[in-house]
Amino acid sequence: MTEVTSPTAAPPAPAALRSHPLRRLLRNPFALYSIVVLLALVAAATLAPLIAPFPPEYADLGNSLAAPGGANLLGTDSAGRDIFSRLLWGSQTTLLGVLIVTAMALLVGVPTGLLAGYYGRFLDDVTSWFANILMALPGIIVLLTVRAAVGPSLVIAMIALGIMVSPSYFRLTRSTVQGVRNELYVDAARVAGLSNARIMARHVLLVVRAPLIIQTANVGGIAISVQAGLDFLGLGDPNTVTWGGMVSDGFVTVYQTPLGLLWPALAIGLVTAAFVLLGNALRDALEDAEKVKGKRPVRTAKAAAPDSKDDREHKNEGQAAPKRPEAAHLMDVRNLSIAYPTGPSDLRTVVKDVSFTVDRGEVVGLVGESGSGKSQSAFTALGLLSGAAIVTGGSVSFDDRWLVKPGDAKIRQQHYSGIRGKRIGYIPQEPMSNLDSAFTIGFQLTSPMREVLGISKDEATKRAKDLLASVGIPDPDRTMRAYPHEISGGMAQRVLIAGAISCEPDLLVADEPTTALDVTVQAEVLDVLRDLQQRLGLGVLLITHNFGVVADLCDRVVVMQSGAVVEQGPVRDIIRQPTHEYTQKLLGSMVKNAESRKTARPALTTEER
Amino acid sequence: MSTMAENGPDRLLEVQDLKVQFRPKRRLARPFQVLHGVSLHLGFGETLGLVGESGSGKSTIGRAILGLVPAAGGRIHLEGRDITHLKQRERRAVSKELQVVFQDPYSSLNPARTIGDTLSEPLLVSGLSGQDARKRVGTLLDRVHLPSDAMDRLPREFSGGQRQRIAIARALAPKPKLIICDEPVSALDLTTQARVLDLFAEIQQDTGVAYLFISHDLDVVRYVSDRVSVLYRGNIVEEGDAEQVTVNPQHPYTQRLLLASPLSDPDEQAERRAAWHALNAVDASWRL
Amino acid sequence: MFAFITRRLVSSLVTLVVVCCLTYILLFFSGGTVAQNILGADATPEQIHAKEAQLGLDRPLLIRLGLWWTGALTGNFGKSWYNGEPVFEAILNRLPITLTMVIAATVLTVFVSVVLAVASSVRRGWIDRAIQVLGVIGTALPNFLIGLFLVTFFAIQLGWFPAISTIYPGGGLSPWIASLTLPVIALTIGSVTAMTQQLRSAIIQQLELDYVRTLRSRGMRENVILYRHVLRNAAPPSLTLLGLHFVGMLGGVVIIEQMFALPGMGTLAVSATSTGDTPLVMGVVVYTILLVIIVNLIVDLVNGWLNPKVRVS
Repeated sequence: MTEVTSPTAAPPAPAALRSHPLRRLLRNPFALYSIVVLLALVAAATLAPLIAPFPPEYADLGNSLAAPGGANLLGTDSAGRDIFSRLLWGSQTTLLGVLIVTAMALLVGVPTGLLAGYYGRFLDDVTSWFANILMALPGIIVLLTVRAAVGPSLVIAMIALGIMVSPSYFRLTRSTVQGVRNELYVDAARVAGLSNARIMARHVLLVVRAPLIIQTANVGGIAISVQAGLDFLGLGDPNTVTWGGMVSDGFVTVYQTPLGLLWPALAIGLVTAAFVLLGNALRDALEDAEKVKGKRPVRTAKAAAPDSKDDREHKNEGQAAPKRPEAAHLMDVRNLSIAYPTGPSDLRTVVKDVSFTVDRGEVVGLVGESGSGKSQSAFTALGLLSGAAIVTGGSVSFDDRWLVKPGDAKIRQQHYSGIRGKRIGYIPQEPMSNLDSAFTIGFQLTSPMREVLGISKDEATKRAKDLLASVGIPDPDRTMRAYPHEISGGMAQRVLIAGAISCEPDLLVADEPTTALDVTVQAEVLDVLRDLQQRLGLGVLLITHNFGVVADLCDRVVVMQSGAVVEQGPVRDIIRQPTHEYTQKLLGSMVKNAESRKTARPALTTEER
Repeated sequence: MSTMAENGPDRLLEVQDLKVQFRPKRRLARPFQVLHGVSLHLGFGETLGLVGESGSGKSTIGRAILGLVPAAGGRIHLEGRDITHLKQRERRAVSKELQVVFQDPYSSLNPARTIGDTLSEPLLVSGLSGQDARKRVGTLLDRVHLPSDAMDRLPREFSGGQRQRIAIARALAPKPKLIICDEPVSALDLTTQARVLDLFAEIQQDTGVAYLFISHDLDVVRYVSDRVSVLYRGNIVEEGDAEQVTVNPQHPYTQRLLLASPLSDPDEQAERRAAWHALNAVDASWRL
Repeated sequence: MFAFITRRLVSSLVTLVVVCCLTYILLFFSGGTVAQNILGADATPEQIHAKEAQLGLDRPLLIRLGLWWTGALTGNFGKSWYNGEPVFEAILNRLPITLTMVIAATVLTVFVSVVLAVASSVRRGWIDRAIQVLGVIGTALPNFLIGLFLVTFFAIQLGWFPAISTIYPGGGLSPWIASLTLPVIALTIGSVTAMTQQLRSAIIQQLELDYVRTLRSRGMRENVILYRHVLRNAAPPSLTLLGLHFVGMLGGVVIIEQMFALPGMGTLAVSATSTGDTPLVMGVVVYTILLVIIVNLIVDLVNGWLNPKVRVS
């Protein structure tokens, strides 16, 4: 307990995964394509005066609709103008449009979003209202109206479009900033006395930078397609060459030759696709970086879908779990090992050779710290492991049925049908996130009963009310009508307990059932659990890290560390005479058992300070 | 509790009748009062434990002292100086005396910045040169028993307990007189929790820093505190010597807190449970 | 919920008023040569003057704006400056085509994207990858290029559909279907890809939530969990996106109608704005904003019905 350095240092991320996002981006073929196309666009726009064979409006009427070849690389249009030259000249307007739109949108959207997100309140209300108005207007209609008002001008149309799309930057910046503003590290910076400007520059902008770059790639694509659309409608500036205008010209003569339409359409398609693909590739590159950073570990394992494909393959083997002839225990987990694939041929074992049993009317505590494999073991018992999980050894039986037969490599859902929800109940950890916020408590309690037991709605409702009363809910009728967000966490946990016992199971699996609750609510919920367990003679598998909860409820204890069982036995033996070093360390770490600091060390004198 | 009568006020922190209310989301609704006039005080080098359940307002007290939420009433004095309503610039001066360690070791460090950046930022702001700041960061990391090469790594490369050590190092950087510890160990595993608590004690012994230690866990509070205040729905219902409040509480709510927390021995817990049931059977008129 | 809807309605009406006034003011400052344009290049200054007086162009801005509002509030949006057609009738004549397209495209979007999103999020594997790739292609190509492709290939090259509208009054259903199929497809593709992406990630996110595991632990069937619980909870953000896409389609039809030569609102909008026909432009603006308000209201109501938690916030 006096040893201070933490031995469990997180291993540094592998070097390959830590590579710079830019390098990762360049390895993506789509990104490479995008960069090449966009560079070509810039080159065409800047070099057009030098490399274009003809001036933009040079027309040779005698040579209209010429086929590609000769002096006219891509042929000529209906007025005998060289399509290749016009494409080059048109790239100037295209690029100019993209630059104006993105610059305008960034200039309007980002600062307002930063201010609205950081300061909130009035500023937020006003700017959000404006953003909502802009978002509520169909872009083309607005641009048409602007054109009616100020006449055909590429620059003004693109400025207007920039303002029209600025809410997307505004919203993105605002929501990112709002998220960051509530992060504790920003609070810490404020406590350190950093100025708002410095916090924005150092912490906030850093976070919003990446999503803005992605958004800009997408806005570039939008700018080109809207610009082309306007020019196609003939609403652009008639004195400039544009790809949209060329499409429009080509469309008129499409019956004679589709080529006049093909070239500009291809140019537009290639460039917009380049922008969109670049946006996607950037997102992927940055998301990968996020993944390496690693989400904060969550105590509850994700409720991933059981492998449904596997189900279908095994449909023919019959619906129910296979019989197990000799059954001594209610639940018998024997030599169970569970692993997850981490690469093509790599497995990460999370449960190693774990054996324990639960008898009828017996409460077994499964104790360990995070990463000990206690939840994984329990979810195997329930058949609720993620579809990726592989059973690398061992078996699980319930009463006289195999849930995981020796030799099974996967969890098979059909083995659990008729058992899970009916004979095995489950109490989760977080009361709120385990109820569906869209349905009333009553519906969530009665629909599984009707499905599993096949009883009528009235009967299910009556039973649900009785259940709620039995878990200590004072007004069952009102609670039945309530939605989850209308009741407290303690009440929600009682509702979940009522749900777990609603089909009169023989075994309850409770995953840290009181960890998320306040200590006084925990005591009440423990009372409910103990009362039910004794009244119904339930077997209980209780997963917890709290030895107090163990002492309160359990008959036997199984201690786990990094996926393996280190010790198990009757509760008094384990708590009073732990034999394994790890159990001793766990019990020794309980501050409850330790002396108060103040009796252990002398008070400071002024000199010592 | 020691005094410093000769060179300044004898109390490091003095909170009088602090009221905090939250503005509701809807404009016309009435503001929601979180603290109804809370008073507490803290001497130099002392640890005051602040215990309460969710919704009691215990974290709000800490945030109000730090200036992260505005006080609606009452006064907060640090070393005799009124810090109730300070401007951002004036806060900077106070930040040398007053620091914080938050609960969540994951969101309290900027994931995109190295440990060295995070730790040296307040030092640079206070005018230290880059080289001096780096040296000081090295000392700080050593102080919390982390290797100095941690400086160039990102938060994601550290475990929860290690991140909490880094947060402690950040709090120690300006050599503060008071650190607000807002549930600093409740997100940690049992064994890590014990080691971090010991680190807090060790630092206090060496530097004489005072802690306002906020927690929901009566046992943790007893373990680290000289005195304890118990908070219930925005009011302090009991305060006094740590041992006395946490072992032999007088107020029914504190008694409830104590008896609700299960003991790790089955037979002792059976006794405590019986006492809990007995307490629940008696009058509960003290509840608000 | 009621208070929420009232607030949204009031804010929408304010939007309507502000946008109408702004548009009118913009048009006022641009409309210098309208009378000249209407009468043609040969008109004498006297004729132009008379025309301006007739249209009320000689009055100050505030009076004209006030007159427009008095008319609009009594349902009289005036007449087109060019052909004298009442604005209300002009819109009413063209609305059916546009609304049919936009509504059909919306319904189609919902059906296709739900099927694709469920398939790709639940089945995963190669179906998911194929849908993802199609999605990238769909977003990468502008709607208007897709429309161009459809019209040149299916209408002009193959001749399966008319390239120009065959809708005429009293013509029954089949010319509608023939004329509108390609435009609706062109309008749908962009929305389908965006909606599928959104719904797919929402479903995947929901499937990982705790309540789904708890439902499974209660012995509920996978299909019941998916269609009753997961889809319902995944719907609200997707529905909000659908609302935005509906608004986007109102703009998109302008180009599509032009491409397929359909006499709808888009064509009206283009001709009205390019001639500076103020009463018609104002009519188009009012109709557009009203539609947007109605759609947003429907989205709010359905979201509130889907998830009661939304109702309180």
